[in-house]
Formats: sequence, C-alpha cells, structure tokens
Amino acid sequence: MVDYVRAQERRTGWFLTIPALLVLALVFAYPILRAFWQSFFTINLGNQLTPAFNGLGNYIRMAQDGRFWNTLWNTTIFTVATVSLELVLGMGIALVLNQSFKGRGIVRTIAILPWALPTALIALAWTWIFNDQYGVVNDLLLRLGLISTGINWLGDPTLAMISVIIADVWKTTPFISILLLAGLQSIPGDLYEAQAIDGASPWQSFRQVTLPLLLPQIVIALLFRLAQAFGIFDLISVMTGGGPGGGTETVSLYIYSTVMRYLDFGYGAALVVVTFLLLVLVVAIATFFLNRSRKRASGAV
Amino acid sequence: MDKKLELVDLRKQFNAKVVPVKNVSLSVGSGEFLTLLGPSGCGKSTILRLIAGLEQPTSGQVLINGKDVSRLSPGDRNIAMVFQSYALYPHMTVRENIASGLKLRKTPSGEIQTRIQDVTDFLGLHDLMDRKPGQLSGGQRQRVAVARTLVRRPDVFLLDEPLSNLDALLREHVRAELKQLFGTQNTPVVYVTHDQTEAMTLSTRVAVLNNGYLQQLDAPERIYMEPANRFVAGFIGSPQMNFLQVPCESRRAIVGNHPIPLPRGANMPTEITLGIRPEHVHLAQSDHEPALDGQVFLIENLGMHNLVSVRIQGQGEPITVRAIVGIEHRLAIDSTVRLAFPPESIHWFDVSTGDRIQTASDSTSVVSPSVTPTSVTS
Ligand SMILES: Nc1ncnc2c1ncn2[C@@H]1O[C@H](COP(=O)(O)OP(=O)(O)O)[C@@H](O)[C@H]1O
Ligand SMILES: [Mg+2]
Repeated sequence: MVDYVRAQERRTGWFLTIPALLVLALVFAYPILRAFWQSFFTINLGNQLTPAFNGLGNYIRMAQDGRFWNTLWNTTIFTVATVSLELVLGMGIALVLNQSFKGRGIVRTIAILPWALPTALIALAWTWIFNDQYGVVNDLLLRLGLISTGINWLGDPTLAMISVIIADVWKTTPFISILLLAGLQSIPGDLYEAQAIDGASPWQSFRQVTLPLLLPQIVIALLFRLAQAFGIFDLISVMTGGGPGGGTETVSLYIYSTVMRYLDFGYGAALVVVTFLLLVLVVAIATFFLNRSRKRASGAV
Repeated sequence: MDKKLELVDLRKQFNAKVVPVKNVSLSVGSGEFLTLLGPSGCGKSTILRLIAGLEQPTSGQVLINGKDVSRLSPGDRNIAMVFQSYALYPHMTVRENIASGLKLRKTPSGEIQTRIQDVTDFLGLHDLMDRKPGQLSGGQRQRVAVARTLVRRPDVFLLDEPLSNLDALLREHVRAELKQLFGTQNTPVVYVTHDQTEAMTLSTRVAVLNNGYLQQLDAPERIYMEPANRFVAGFIGSPQMNFLQVPCESRRAIVGNHPIPLPRGANMPTEITLGIRPEHVHLAQSDHEPALDGQVFLIENLGMHNLVSVRIQGQGEPITVRAIVGIEHRLAIDSTVRLAFPPESIHWFDVSTGDRIQTASDSTSVVSPSVTPTSVTS
C-alpha cells in the first residue's frame, strides 16, 4: 500500500527546503566551485588579470612556497594552542560556575562578556595591553621587578604569537565554558551522590562521570573552535597584521594579502581550495568522533 | 557479626522554616526491614540522606555497628543505596555499573568476578550484562540498581522509593521479589516509601512520619490494629478510617441511642474522637447495637463490595461515614440506612491531642514515641 500521507509530507518537505537550498548553493557552493575553477588559471597583474590556463601550476607553486608552509605552521600552532588552552580553562570555569554559590548569576554574566564584545575592539585593547612603552603587562612586570626594561611583545615573532594566543584564549574561553556548563547541568546530581557513597574522590568522579558524559559537549566545542581558529583572521590582523616578519601570519591572512594586496587571484584561489579541503578533513574527523561519543554517552553503543 | 544502625535524636534544619527531621531516634538490626512511611515532604528522604552522609545533621548522631559515623563522608560509612531514579551510569554497561563500587574500593578483580557472578545468578541478569541502562526497561534498571547495592555487601541498605517508577503490575511483582531478596541479606534495611501497601507488605517494622516527627514505630499489624494517634489511623488503611466526634456522658460515648462505655484509659472527657475503619462499619441488624441513621449519597464499586458514603445528620454539620457493604445489599442513592459501629472495632482518640486512648484489647506495651505534638489533622 502506498502511504499517501507520508508521500505528501515528503513533497511538502522538499518544497519548503528548496529556498534554503538555493540560498546555500548561491552563497556557499558557487564561490567554492568558482575558486576551484580559478585555481587552475593564472590571473594576476602580470597578465592584466586575463585568465590563462595554468593546469596544476598554482598547486606546484604552493608546494614550493615557503611562505605558505610558514603560514600553515603558524595556523596549526595557533589552533592547537588556543583550542587546548580554551578547553582546559573553559572546563575549569564551567566546573566552578556549576557550583552553587552566592552571586553565581552575576558571575556567569560577567564571565560571558569577553565573548560578547566585538573582536576588533578586543584586539585593539590587547594591542595596547601588550604595548612595549605604555602596556599594562610591561608596567606590571616592571613594578614587580621581574624585568628591568620593557619587553617588545608584539615585536618578536615568538612573543607576538604568544600574545595573540593569550588574547584569543581570553576572548573565547567564556564561549567554551558556557557550552560545557550547559552539558554539566544536564548530568543528574544523583550520579555524583552514588559515586560519593561508593567512596569515589572528586577526581575519580570527574574521570568516571563528568568527562564521559560531557564528551558530546567537549567534541562540539572542539569542532567549533577548530574551524574558527583555523580560519583566524580579524584578531591577528588588528594586533600584528601577521608580523613581525610573518611570525603570526596565518593562512587566512596570507590569502587576504595574495588576493587583495598582490591581486594574484589564481594563486589565491588555489590557497583557498587547499585550506578549504584541510578544514573539511579536520571537521570530518571531529564529526566522526562527535557522533561516536554522543552515542556512547547516551548509552546507545 | 551482627550489624546495627541507630539514629539518636537526629535533627535536620535546612533553614529557619524548613526542619524536615525533628529529633528522630530509632534503631534497625540485622535482618530487620524498616520502612519510613509518610506523606510526601515529611522528611523521609532527608533521613535516608542523613544516614548516607549526603546531608549533615544539625544535631544528633548516626551510629553504624555502634560507631558514630556522623562526621564521616558517605564513602567511609559502608552503606549502599538504591536511588529513586536508580542513578545508573548511562555510559557504562550493566556489568560496569555493578562493578563500579567495588572497583572504587580497590576490591581484587577475582573477588569482583565472584561477587558479580553471585548477584547475576541471584537476580537473573545474565542476558543484560553487556547492555547499557538506556537499553533496559524500567524493571530491569531497578534490578540493576539493586544488584549494584547487593554486591557491595554493605553494613546498611538504603532504598528511596525504588518502586515508584514502575507500573502497578510490575510494582507488585518486584515488591515480592525485594522482600525475598533482602530477607536473605541479614543486614539492616531502611526503605522509604509513601505507599502504605509497600510498607505493610515488606517491613518487619514501620516508622510512620509526619512533619518531621516520628509518629509511631511498630510492626505493620500493630500500626494497623493500634494506631498511636489520629494521624497514623488516618494515614494507614484504605479507604481511610472514619472519624466522628461524639459527646460523652458519665464515661460513656453517645452514639445514637446506644451509649458505649469508654475505655479505661480515658479520663472524664465531654467529647471523644471515635475512629472506625469502613470495613468494620456494617448495616445494623438489630436495635441493640450502637448505630446511626443516614442517607446514602455515593456508591463506589470495589468488585465484591461497595464503598458506600453515608451522610449522617449530627447536632451540627452533617458528617460523612463510609462503609464497606457487600454487593448483595442492593442499596440505592438517597435511601436511608442504619450504620452499626461494633464497639470492639472502635479506636478512641483524645479530641485535643489526637493520641490513642488505650482499650482493654490493646497489647500491653504500646511503644509509641511520646513526641506527637499536634499531629491531629482535621
Ligand atoms: N537541600 C534542601 N534545602 C532546603 N529544603 C530541603 C532540601 N532538601 C529537602 N528539603 C525540604 O525538606 C522537606 C522534606 O523533604 P524530603 O525529605 O525529600 O521529603 P520526602 O518525605 O518526600 O522524601 C521538603 O519540604 C523539602 O522541600
Ligand atoms: Mg522523597
């Protein structure tokens, strides 16, 4: 027998989804496909922006492009450092916020403020904080007698990377902690009471109950942050502009320069394609773990 | 070794207004099954949590095997608890759930294996061992929760309304099973419920609580036969006991035209509360028994019997008396009936305190706690 109701519902469903699919195709699929197409051409000032077919030329150039590998390395460092720091700190803050104490509501609101502020503003603020002449960091260190002359934080490649990592951690940790807090609150309290009766220490309870049951939220946070950190642009652009000497230049900044400054559209497109594929790969791996952990936490596996 | 749990003058105050446990003292020995019974919010769970150490008493002590454990953390008390929600770990298999407590206590793995084997044999859990709680039915989860406490071989078992999440049929089945199970453990069991049937069928002794006060601590049959006060009388037994306030004259209660001699324990009251269970009220057969006339206004079919509600015109407001009457008496709404109150089935209570007034047939030592302040609910 044909299920008429079901069939009709399915048709309505498609009908309702078509506008969204069209929009997606326009703003998502089209630019990517176009970038993919362009990446096989040379389009730059050298040929007056007239596309000339170049085969895999752009990709071969990329493989030999030291600056590209450097930015990829920077991006990886930045991503790994920020995401792991934010997860650990965010977990700590979430655990504290999950306790009941006086004024918890206010503390929660304050905790999320850094995330609610615009990135450009925060980046400017941190630029001043790390300023070698007037920055509060140097001022504090000088007063404490830990250093005798101001450190040029944003003037040294390693220190500059540390500075942008600190700024990003400060901005994004609240987001992680709120996400994890929601997960913590969904864990029934009597599981911890059962643990206490069985003689578990807080650390054992954390390992045996909190961590496994929080895994879905942790993986979601990881997924979000991986994608975001990998594409980091605004914060670094304002704080260091990728400097000094390319010390904080990430892939996004390099793409921006290639396209907007050097007007090298073909090569820029190839960069976009490679970055995009890398990101898809990372997200796919993370999603795989997300689904598995979700099933495990809900007891379906 | 004999195991023993004692509560000494235990009190818990959450804040100025909320005092859910008021100076409760009791003791439970090996092989005893004590039920804390009372309406919702009377402090049953709080007592259990005080025993477990999940709450700290405001004053008083918890003693296990004679040792004061009031200041010990829950893990150091060697108790095991079945939670109302079962509190199974959703990400662990049944086997891991059952083993978790033993692993935390660093039990040798060989010992864990044997104990789990024993318990799975005992409860017939073999087919479920590799499933997760999410894949179990309510009844199965409940068994796993029980198994998790049994393997621990604790000094005290605590159970907080373990049957309340099961449907009625299953509840009856599991109830019988629990009785057998814990009967073999030779360990004190404290069981919390608001369901009097569970309390009556499972327990060796029942502690009736109201408002944080211990109302009566007795064997189930005594709780039913000789309720210590009006609250217990009204709480135990279904349908509820009838209460009538009747005038007294020279040590006799006037019920209709037939004065009933008051029990010895009574002083010279002008009024007394008469309590009688619906199953003991019957239709008057002769003119020579204490009886009252009234009008039938509701008939509820209970199968073999009808529960008949009768409105009796007293001196003041009309009162309602309910009686269980065989269906062979074909009563009709609005018909007039004469309800008889056999004197031997009557419970007497003090009008002002609500306390039971002892009768000649009472067992000599009614050990009801003296603390029953204003337990009368009108
Ligand atoms: N942590 C707490 N803080 C304040 N009040 C509480 C707390 N726990 C329980 N109560 C109050 O104590 C009373 C008794 O609760 P409980 O022991 O859970 O009753 P029950 O007999 O239904 O198990 C209730 O009025 C409840 O609201
Ligand atoms: Mg309760």
